[in-house]
Amino acid sequence: MGIFDIIGPVMVGPSSSHTAGAVRIGQFGRLLLGEEPGKADIGLHGSFAATGEGHGTPLALLAGLLGMDPDDEGIPAAEEIARERGLAFAFEEADLGEVHPNSVRLRLRGEEAALDLCASSVGGGRIRVWSLDGFEVDLEGVYPTLLLSYPDRPGVLAMVTTILSNAGMNIATIKAHRDSRGGQALMTVELDHTPGAGVINALRHLPNMEQIRFVPRLGFGG
Amino acid sequence: MGQNPGTLAAYRAAALERGVPLSAVFLEEEAAHSGRGPQDLERVMRERIRVMRQSAARGLGNPQMSRSGLIRGGAHRMAAWMDGGNALLGPAFSRLVATALAVAEVNACMGRIVAAPTAGACGVLPAALFTVADERGRDEDDLVRAFFTAGGIGLVIERLASLSGAEGGCQAEVGSASAMAAGGLVELLGGSPVQVDHAVAFALANVLGLVCDPVKGLVEVPCVYRNTMGAANAVAAAELALAGVESAFDADQVIETMGKIGRRIPEEFRETARGGLAALPSPVCDSCRGGCGGA
Repeated sequence: MGIFDIIGPVMVGPSSSHTAGAVRIGQFGRLLLGEEPGKADIGLHGSFAATGEGHGTPLALLAGLLGMDPDDEGIPAAEEIARERGLAFAFEEADLGEVHPNSVRLRLRGEEAALDLCASSVGGGRIRVWSLDGFEVDLEGVYPTLLLSYPDRPGVLAMVTTILSNAGMNIATIKAHRDSRGGQALMTVELDHTPGAGVINALRHLPNMEQIRFVPRLGFGG
Repeated sequence: MGQNPGTLAAYRAAALERGVPLSAVFLEEEAAHSGRGPQDLERVMRERIRVMRQSAARGLGNPQMSRSGLIRGGAHRMAAWMDGGNALLGPAFSRLVATALAVAEVNACMGRIVAAPTAGACGVLPAALFTVADERGRDEDDLVRAFFTAGGIGLVIERLASLSGAEGGCQAEVGSASAMAAGGLVELLGGSPVQVDHAVAFALANVLGLVCDPVKGLVEVPCVYRNTMGAANAVAAAELALAGVESAFDADQVIETMGKIGRRIPEEFRETARGGLAALPSPVCDSCRGGCGGA
């Protein structure tokens, strides 16, 4: 934490958790999808459902999905902009269980990709993505993040860390998740620096690697 | 000299030892922590100040209307009152109140602001520092230094207590903003680091126990009006300190006390909108969003 976390961030009001954090969750979803979302089904949980309307939370989520930053003055007009850009959206109340009161489920579809993520806005505009396509994850968007999907086999972790190590990339966090032994696996890697195209390409060519997704570090406005 | 690192006492001692203002100590630490040069940091602060000025001008110039109907152009009305020669204590005090309200209303109405230290308390620092700087002929460089002092004080409060209404009630948000502004004002007017400490202590002690009870859970009522109180309280505290009045307690002691009180404030008074003013019958009906005048 530094002085510009205190005198800042620059953001569109009214609430760092209900507005700025919601924009960042939308941004994370967009970046993870890797393309312009065409359809968004958004489930608002807890305080996001109860006081979200007055805080502009739905607008903030849409704005993030459209690629706006938390300080973008276009946020209040996000619904109109979404319609102009052909983003079909629907909001509903959702019960995501015993989770943070400021939580949301985003189901997104683009031309090619689709995803289903749950995230919480945990205060001061900070976010935590805790579920992705049914896998339990733990991501904050503060690091450049790689997400690797592959069938659960021995040795994948070692191959991934070798490629990253050879490229001089320092790993902040790394976690592997699987739906069952030998089933489908998801690895999330938070890095200190942005990986180059060569690194991502090398990972993509690992045996059995099905999908590599990359989310850059999220901005924070001003 | 024996002070715990990260306390205001430690920064005060460092400033006194080297004969520099507190802002210099905070700026230096920020440069070391961020790896950015002082000039780069000053440029960022100037940009933040520019955004704050834009928010103030917007709220004063255009009536801000919130989606809930709870905010209906209060700062704009206040500006008209002031321009009509009605000021109770001269134009500067009215401008202080109007500016705090303007920035807070812009935030409530989804405009662009600088959270300082939070979005809900964003009107306090611009109101206090801009109004006094204008009144006393201080320039932009003076303001930049005052904002570094205010920001450094905010970091100390974050370390020793909290800046979050959900954790510590409104004393942690508007109260902290007021203490930061009081310290910034003392530096703006050439007061010593010891006087900064007294001003922070006075400002925060004045608001100990203030609860967070946002009506309908929105950052609107009473939040935007509490910003005006925070700004006025900051000026009072700075004036006491500059006049040579001394606080009975160190700022660090008052800050730690604020944190302790915050932890004992019942949950219904910590941003949950279940207690205090938030527990009263709704002042506007949902259907007309305030168009009925609260009837």
